[in-house]
Amino acid sequence: MEVEAMKALAMAIAAGVGVLGPGIGIGILAGKALEAIGRNPEAAGKVQATMFIGIAFVEALAIFALVVAFVIKFA
Amino acid sequence: MTLIPTAYAASEGLSIHLAPEVLTTVGGLPITSTLLTVWLTMVVLLIASFFGTRRLKLVPGGFQNALELLIGSVYDYIKDVLESEKLAKRFFPLIMTIFLFILAMNWMGLLPGVDSIGIYSEVESHGEAASKLVPFFHPPATDLNITIAFALVAFVAIELAGVTLLGVWKYGGKFINFHSPLAFVIGLIELLSEMARLISFSFRLFGNIFAGKTLLMVVMFLATPYVLPVPLIAYELFVGFIQAFIFAILTLYFIKIAIEEPH
Repeated sequence: MEVEAMKALAMAIAAGVGVLGPGIGIGILAGKALEAIGRNPEAAGKVQATMFIGIAFVEALAIFALVVAFVIKFA
Repeated sequence: MTLIPTAYAASEGLSIHLAPEVLTTVGGLPITSTLLTVWLTMVVLLIASFFGTRRLKLVPGGFQNALELLIGSVYDYIKDVLESEKLAKRFFPLIMTIFLFILAMNWMGLLPGVDSIGIYSEVESHGEAASKLVPFFHPPATDLNITIAFALVAFVAIELAGVTLLGVWKYGGKFINFHSPLAFVIGLIELLSEMARLISFSFRLFGNIFAGKTLLMVVMFLATPYVLPVPLIAYELFVGFIQAFIFAILTLYFIKIAIEEPH
């Protein structure tokens, strides 16, 4: 197989597999946050802010996968 | 130099690229379309703040009311998080600027005219000369240089907050200490995650906005380009807001972590 084609394939796999885990993580996070808001609707603002921060940390992992994908493609 | 309409631009096919188009160079510095959009954002923000604060009234109405609500609620939130009026006063301008700037930048990239008004220039692609549209404006966060600049500002602010409020030795002791082998390893891991923030800050903003722009472009080349992009543009407005919010709030929380006393 050509090197370029291999690189494109590797990039797609790196990005695709790399977002699997964070996807599950964000799902769990948002679900739990909704559960918390359901139990205590007054705390919705605080729960949301903390949820977004948690999501940002989980998302960072997906971003690392993206970075690796770019590195494979262009470096 | 010819101005061209959107429909004509669409006829030359989808162009997805990572590097921003260089319009001109001034003294060796390339002026790119993304940089031009950032400057436009600055001008818009300046004009908005000038007219928003020109005639301040004791009983606010309209625009001033909206601004006061925004500024006041963010200030209260920062005060809640940092648990100190003094610290809130110190860090509020930075965090609010980051939020407003990134928000304006992201929303500016969704305006009509962005990516469709430009000049044609001769470029060489695949060995043959072709004329290609070089747009004046391009969503700024799709340029990694700009998001890295934001990440550096946030990173330096966080480190400076730690150093000025805790002192060099105390703050440095969070990362390199010799209390025990375990503490040493944990410190090194902390140092690594501190550096990783630069990457995650810049690539989060870049990745989200670039993905959004690419999605919009792909959708515009589908069968119904008049209906389908509308909900997606609404979604991109939301993403632009959330990314600005995340960037600002992460800066706030990282500052809070940095100024905590080490134990």
